[in-house]
Amino acid sequence: MHDVTLTINGERRTVALDARTTLLDALRDHLGLTGTKKGCDHGQCGACTILVDGRRINACLTLAVMHDGDTVTTVEGLGTPDDLHPMQAAFVAHDGFQCGYCTPGQIMSAVGMVGEVAKGWPSHASASLNGKPELTEAEIAERMSGNLCRCSAYPNIVAAISAAAKDTEASS
Amino acid sequence: MYETSYKRPASLAEAAAIIAADDEAKFLAGGQTLLPTMKQRLAAPSQLVDIARLAELKGISVSSEAVTIGAAMTHYSIASSPEVQGAIPTLAKLASGIGDPQVRHRGTLGGSLANNDPSADYPAAVLALGATLVTDRREIAADDYFQGMFTTALEEGEILVRVVFPIPRKAGYSKFLNPASRYAMAGVFVATLADGAVRVAVTGAGQGGVFRATAMEEALGDNWSADAVAGIKVDPSDMLSDIHGDAAYRANLVSVMAKRAVVAAAG
Ligand SMILES: Cc1cc2nc3c(=O)[nH]c(=O)nc-3n(C[C@H](O)[C@H](O)[C@H](O)COP(=O)(O)OP(=O)(O)OC[C@H]3O[C@@H](n4cnc5c(N)ncnc54)[C@H](O)[C@@H]3O)c2cc1C
Ligand code: FES
Ligand code: FES
Repeated sequence: MHDVTLTINGERRTVALDARTTLLDALRDHLGLTGTKKGCDHGQCGACTILVDGRRINACLTLAVMHDGDTVTTVEGLGTPDDLHPMQAAFVAHDGFQCGYCTPGQIMSAVGMVGEVAKGWPSHASASLNGKPELTEAEIAERMSGNLCRCSAYPNIVAAISAAAKDTEASS
Repeated sequence: MYETSYKRPASLAEAAAIIAADDEAKFLAGGQTLLPTMKQRLAAPSQLVDIARLAELKGISVSSEAVTIGAAMTHYSIASSPEVQGAIPTLAKLASGIGDPQVRHRGTLGGSLANNDPSADYPAAVLALGATLVTDRREIAADDYFQGMFTTALEEGEILVRVVFPIPRKAGYSKFLNPASRYAMAGVFVATLADGAVRVAVTGAGQGGVFRATAMEEALGDNWSADAVAGIKVDPSDMLSDIHGDAAYRANLVSVMAKRAVVAAAG
């Protein structure tokens, strides 16, 4: 067993874990944070997307021990039902889901994505490698390609992200 | 997953020593290939030696001739590096098309090259640019490094430390991607090197993993245009055949991707 210390949603927590425990299983089964979902468990669907040190990653494809000392943000750390994060509020306003299973992953991925765009990181869809990319529909689709939605709520997901991204830009 | 243990060595020397003392131990970088393989019980390392944070495997530097990238640099850090974008934009673009953002934030250059998946992207860039792979023991030329699918010149316990990519006069890459995984069904990297040599490397299509398309190299050397490669076909009997596409289809894709890569090549 390994003692693993993580700063999760601003709180330092230490758990004793088998080396094989994925970060996803550590969150859900050992830390009681079930907001992060398990879809495929093989890095293909994005349902388990979280932020580690500010970067979006698949929690199912990384071991908790690899992140001893790291800072983790899950959907529980974004907002509360009474005080939603702007991305969460946009998903509600634009009906960006049907069953909702992929939604925490979509929201975490979208929050990470908006941060990447703010840093000027290009995507494969960007016309140019330089300058701040414009968040067109094609850009959002490319940048969210790691998150699948079995209900195919994509049009509303894109609308929600587009609206939240514009609000973030307007307020910054 | 079978039982295993985990070590996070503080230096390259410590990592090498752990591996040297245990035949069944394996290096762990981004884990984007090794962990799914372990989950499917196709790999059962006794220990995981985490090299993702080793300072010796980090960093990107540019000289007038080459871009040197640490083996533990992630696909995302390579795609978003102003140094790489400036010196070899095609390499940054290639990195930005690997898998999806979540995979790119964890997966590393060294992990991809050590694994040498026949559908991976970096092998095409390394072979076409004639890069040099630097390990904890020696330097290996790209032409000697790739030895068939999932097989490389790396010896037991040898660590890939960095890759030196010569800056080409021009280069282009085009891949026909599997829409689900984004792995290449055929990917072609074309380059004119600083000394004028033309090199063409194909990934995703060949049964033996990445390979050089020498007939295309000769044709482009005489006449750098999409038309020059349009009529050149690779032998379908050497191509991969699977549910995503049969050998004849892949052979055709290679010619189409070669044309697109030439068009994409920045002058
Ligand atoms: C959903 C998904 C989509 C993907 N799509 C693509 C794609 O489109 N194109 C593509 O090219 N790849 C793709 N990949 C693979 C991805 O790029 C992996 O990141 C990469 O192949 C392995 O890198 P890693 O750092 O994760 O290595 P790991 O999984 O940690 O290791 C892989 C192997 O390399 C060894 N190793 C790692 N680093 C070193 C080193 N420095 N020296 C010696 N040995 C080392 C390990 O021991 C292990 O055997 C995809 C993966 C996933 C999960
Ligand atoms: S559960 Fe992690 S990507 Fe599907
Ligand atoms: S809302 Fe059902 S999977 Fe996306």
